[in-house]
Amino acid sequence: MAKQGEGGGYNRPRLQLHVPEPKFRPGDTVDFSHIVVPEAGVQTRPDEACEASETNPLCTDLVRVLGDDNKAHGPWDPRLTPDKLREMLRHMALVRAFDERMYRGQRQGKTSFYMKCIGEEATSVAAAHALASDDMVFPSYRQQGILIARGYPLVEMINQIYSNRGDKLKGRQLPIMYSSRNYAFFTISGNLATQLPQATGFAMASAIKGDSRIAAAWVGEGSTAEGDFHSALTFAAVYNAPVVFNVVNNQWAISSFSGFAGAERTTFAARAIGYGIAGLRVDGNDPLAVYAAERWAADRARMNKGPTLIEHFTYRAEGHSTSDDPSAYRSAQEREEWPLGDPIMRLKLHLIEIGEWSEDQQEAMDRELAESVKAATKDAEKNGILGHGLHHPFHTMFEDVFEELPWHLEEQAEQAIRERQIKWPQ
Amino acid sequence: MATVSGDDVVSLHDAPTRPMNMIEAINDALDIMLERDPDVVIMGEDVGYFGGVFRATAGLQDKYGKTRVFDTPISECGIIGVAVGMGAYGLRPVPEIQFADYIYPGLDQLISEAARLRYRSAGEFIAPMTVRTPFGGGIFGGQTHSQSPEALFTHVSGIKTVIPSTPHDAKGLLISAIEDNDPVIFFEPKRIYNGPFDGYYDKPTRPWKDHPDARVPEGYYSIPLGKARTVREGQALTVLVYGTMVHVAEAVCREKGVDAEIIDLRTLVPLDIEAVEKSVEKTGRCLVIHEATRTSGFGAELSALVQERCFYHLEAPVERVTGFDTPYPHSLEWAYFPGPIRIGEAIDKLLGA
Ligand SMILES: Cc1ncc(C[n+]2csc(CCOP(=O)(O)OP(=O)(O)O)c2C)c(N)n1
Repeated sequence: MAKQGEGGGYNRPRLQLHVPEPKFRPGDTVDFSHIVVPEAGVQTRPDEACEASETNPLCTDLVRVLGDDNKAHGPWDPRLTPDKLREMLRHMALVRAFDERMYRGQRQGKTSFYMKCIGEEATSVAAAHALASDDMVFPSYRQQGILIARGYPLVEMINQIYSNRGDKLKGRQLPIMYSSRNYAFFTISGNLATQLPQATGFAMASAIKGDSRIAAAWVGEGSTAEGDFHSALTFAAVYNAPVVFNVVNNQWAISSFSGFAGAERTTFAARAIGYGIAGLRVDGNDPLAVYAAERWAADRARMNKGPTLIEHFTYRAEGHSTSDDPSAYRSAQEREEWPLGDPIMRLKLHLIEIGEWSEDQQEAMDRELAESVKAATKDAEKNGILGHGLHHPFHTMFEDVFEELPWHLEEQAEQAIRERQIKWPQ
Repeated sequence: MATVSGDDVVSLHDAPTRPMNMIEAINDALDIMLERDPDVVIMGEDVGYFGGVFRATAGLQDKYGKTRVFDTPISECGIIGVAVGMGAYGLRPVPEIQFADYIYPGLDQLISEAARLRYRSAGEFIAPMTVRTPFGGGIFGGQTHSQSPEALFTHVSGIKTVIPSTPHDAKGLLISAIEDNDPVIFFEPKRIYNGPFDGYYDKPTRPWKDHPDARVPEGYYSIPLGKARTVREGQALTVLVYGTMVHVAEAVCREKGVDAEIIDLRTLVPLDIEAVEKSVEKTGRCLVIHEATRTSGFGAELSALVQERCFYHLEAPVERVTGFDTPYPHSLEWAYFPGPIRIGEAIDKLLGA
């Protein structure tokens, strides 16, 4: 094979490499009019037991319930009670209050790292409300909303974030990489997309054992490029596994826009079509639509009708993490111009619209939640903050590598403890 | 412009120098190679417009365009796999893996493919790629931003493993790696990107600018792969070390007033065995240091080699100082890190103190 030079030389057209480019960069005026936002309520809702292919049109549509009039519309309206709606609103507001405080804590040096989910609260909170509390969830690092919706104690979350001596994970994990078997919340990995085949496997196990629990997994749109995503969908399709895949399309993966995961060609929900599984694309900032879609998929899985891939179309309103400054790569105007609004605001306005809530109540609730986060922070701080000496004993570093400590780890533990005594002689 | 060839001591007295930190030196090497060789392409997660999460590729897309320096999907398997294909065409890809901890999804492409193309095709196809990746701990990165997986790669036949410890070496070694026709994994010790961290985490860290090895010659130069650097000469013992730990070892020896000979290996495969033998034969005592986990670490290889080849010169068993055989813990990061106390104890033991 001869090496082709510039221009090919075979009298054939010159090839060109396409490298995706986002529409807006820092300083650009943002115009999102290319994003098609269909009217709320107009999307059809197939039966949960339908053929997977019946959902194909929904993979390129956008399921929406809350309209510009703040009312709930159409067949996807989950018809939740006002109490349930208020509970979801409360959980989303709590997630936001928590994020704000933890972010500040990181800036004040209380821990090394934090990740917010501002603007994406519905994709975890509303989805968690649609699942049974013992359905096993396999989250990424941006689903603190699931723990909060399941009533996990804030103090425990903060202990983990501070890596202090109260941290149930013994200070081993990066902040926000929670784990709670009791709350059916799988241990979070730093390695992207690994949770997806694991969720499929859990769901397969549940089916093998004739259990009634299903599994649900979350992943960012950027991470769908990993092979694990595709393995997970293949296995789920082959075994018709009772699993729900949630792709949180928040448009950005650190500095890379969704085009680097394939969004210039098709939607993420449309990946379902190729695998022959059900797919739904929903307005991720519409808590009612998120709830309805998740519930549809969960019910489908529970009826042994197999997996569903849900794309939650949303926007990452802030930086990727405390290590990131998005003003270096995207226009600050994007957040303001985002056509799907803010999930908390939308649910609040809906509740007010139906006469079940008021601005005063919202204000009072926000104050109360801020206070409760503050109180939990104070409690957690009694157990220490990162790097201030109140950590787990050195020996714990060597535990849980294996069920039992082999001789070499025992020796190494002795070494670590000796070093400690040399450094801090009592 | 001065070129260094064939020798372990780099002397570039005729080239003007500029103080750089390690990131700037790496960026400079990439810039030079993009300029010199139109077949060089750079790709990876966030490396294009943004210039990389550690800024190593900052400004390069602007300068060379989007088909020379570009962002990729988040797929390490894809990144390394397409680099194999590009290499087969005749390009010289320099993929970045954002953290060494995230290279695992790409291992099949690296180990079964890149490392074996030359062998299995009897030289018809080669994989002249350089995989750059930050590694090592000390930044409170938890278990997925702290690992030192170099021994996984030295264990594979067909991959060269390079680890610089100074801005000066980072530039010259990276240029050699890119020019090399075999796949190279280039581990960048991220703890010393901005300054030569000496292991005393509770003292302020120095920036590179006052360090002699931060005076980086301008323009093109290369440091051959497989040549170690003698950091300081000594008689009492030999320290075999690389990456961040070079600076920690230096600080400990200085503090203890030990007349150690410190050898910065720079390349683990191919290893500068001559430099190792020469030094150990002279001192008769050998300390091996790495931050990576101990069991089956590269220190085991070094200590076996020294035992096989210098046995009759040894006056004490080879000592190894390493990270512990646990994942890198978050809150107890400094208890894990093989710091001055662990190194000091090993030196005392070796010298029979
Ligand atoms: C296997 C692997 N590769 C790379 C990374 C580094 N990394 C962490 S988060 C991230 C971006 C993920 O973006 P996305 O999946 O869209 O999720 P989002 O952060 O937007 O929620 C990258 C590249 C990683 N953690 N794991």
